[in-house]
Amino acid sequence: MSIRDIFRKNQKKKYATIPTEKAKNDVPEGIMMKCPECRKNVFTKDLIKNFKVCPTCDHHMKMTAWERVDIFLDEDSFTSMDDHLETVNPLNFPSYTEKIKADAQKTGLNEAVLTGLGKLDGQQIAIAIMDSHFRMGSMGSVVGEKITRAVEKATELGIPFIIFTASGGARMQEGVLSLMQMAKTSVALRRHSDHGLLYISILTHPTTGGVSASFASVGDINIAEPKALIGFAGRRVIEQTVREKLPEDFQTAEFLMNHGQLDAIIHRKEMREKVSSIVHLHTTKEVAK
Amino acid sequence: MIKVLPFEEPIVQLKTKIEELKEYTANAEVDMSLEITNLEARLKKLESEIYENMEPWDRVQVARHPSRPTTRDYIQLLCTEFIELHGDRLYGDDAAIIGGIALFEGKPITIIGHQRGADTKENIKRNFGMPHPEGYRKALRLMKQAEKFKRPIICMIDTKGAYPGKAAEERGQSEAIARNLVEMAGLKVPVISIVIGEGGSGGALALGVANHIHMLENSTYSVISPEGAASILWKDASLAKQAAEAMKITAPDLKGMGIIDTVITEVHGGAHKNIEAQAIYMKETLIASLEELEKLTPEELIENRYSKFKNIGEFNE
Repeated sequence: MSIRDIFRKNQKKKYATIPTEKAKNDVPEGIMMKCPECRKNVFTKDLIKNFKVCPTCDHHMKMTAWERVDIFLDEDSFTSMDDHLETVNPLNFPSYTEKIKADAQKTGLNEAVLTGLGKLDGQQIAIAIMDSHFRMGSMGSVVGEKITRAVEKATELGIPFIIFTASGGARMQEGVLSLMQMAKTSVALRRHSDHGLLYISILTHPTTGGVSASFASVGDINIAEPKALIGFAGRRVIEQTVREKLPEDFQTAEFLMNHGQLDAIIHRKEMREKVSSIVHLHTTKEVAK
Repeated sequence: MIKVLPFEEPIVQLKTKIEELKEYTANAEVDMSLEITNLEARLKKLESEIYENMEPWDRVQVARHPSRPTTRDYIQLLCTEFIELHGDRLYGDDAAIIGGIALFEGKPITIIGHQRGADTKENIKRNFGMPHPEGYRKALRLMKQAEKFKRPIICMIDTKGAYPGKAAEERGQSEAIARNLVEMAGLKVPVISIVIGEGGSGGALALGVANHIHMLENSTYSVISPEGAASILWKDASLAKQAAEAMKITAPDLKGMGIIDTVITEVHGGAHKNIEAQAIYMKETLIASLEELEKLTPEELIENRYSKFKNIGEFNE
């Protein structure tokens, strides 16, 4: 062992502090934030200015739904929909209602998706933004219903529908009702599509399970953020079934891109501009002379 | 020898006893026919007690019974002139899903379903009825073909789920399932789905965006297997029995929640006890279902599917 190694080891140890539950919650309000990828400290203010992308390693950190509204849509153009829908406990799972209430308080959302109407460079769109801070972004009845209603609104107004996905999949606690939300959102998207309207799906970290296997994968345009985890089955499940080591980049946006599942990977800083441009290309009625 | 499930052991024990007594009466001097009659009456009572009060976990076991009839068995009993069609025209032919054209009650239909193997060797070939993306894409190709030729579509659901493997992810398992959901929503012909065994999550739903959804009495339809649910919710897969109850996954549960249209009665003890009789029950349901749907125009069929799924979900407004 060289002297250098000893140094490295000690350095690592310095970072191995385990924050208490309270300390974890303190971090966003704090002055500094640690990048979960490269473990470098960043000023929170700088990070927000940088779209929550780590200035050192370019890691795209998780965003709340409202943070996305701020960076993606025209200022003050967003009006939310269906915030009054309330999750119930259809299978009477112990402590489910309490968990929903706690997450609602934590995020300020009624469920794991925020939906509404907004403008993108003056262009009217319907939008749904999933928030993985709320029950891992999992989809139960209310998430399915909110997305469906947002799609229906887009169909009614004849405008594009854009979704930012971030979800662990279907929500276990609502059983088969959660599964059926995959079908519900799909029938609504089908109708939207039949009206010749544009649907853009933007997959963010993480998009897996039932969400990846329904609306997230069937955009007219599928876009992902760099390095986002996207997949159908969990990595551990697959490792157990195939009994082989999976490639490092397995189920990342880049992996999907290489396998033909995405139209583009777009950096968060350029997302607004590029998506706005795609919308423009679909709504402009001018005919070339 | 057909596998005996734990909950039906009392019946088997009693049956064995009756057989013993019968043999004894035939070979010895003693006449036990009175006892036999009594026991046979008791057996009948016991059978209806056990088979008519099955717990969710009992149904899970029947749904997974190795001798449970598969898609192919029902096709053979329900249809004539079945011609199997292969391949997705993109990558390969997935043996975990079979499909083709056949005559049902003299009319051409397209019939598609998950296909488990009858034994280990066939199960390996058919990947235990767990499809890869090419299976779902084959199914969709056959559905589109049915639409072109205005044939009704019957789908049989019988899978633990879509296969969770490396190759499946590489070829877009998510997209294959998602695409089926969206495309099935827009089909201009009647679509009927029947859950005949296990209906496991998205891999099942990918054949399930139908106008009518029926379930055999002892089949299940769920977002996750009872074992999976138990290990996620309680970190203990051995609590699967409790999870099977809590998750409400049986045909009567789903009927109660208004998700499915019909619970197709099973013969006592499960479809594997009398496949022919079971096929007749299924046929009756299918005839009624088709008759109802054939009255609808293509637009009405799409609208019917729309409102069916739009109405699923529980919340307060």
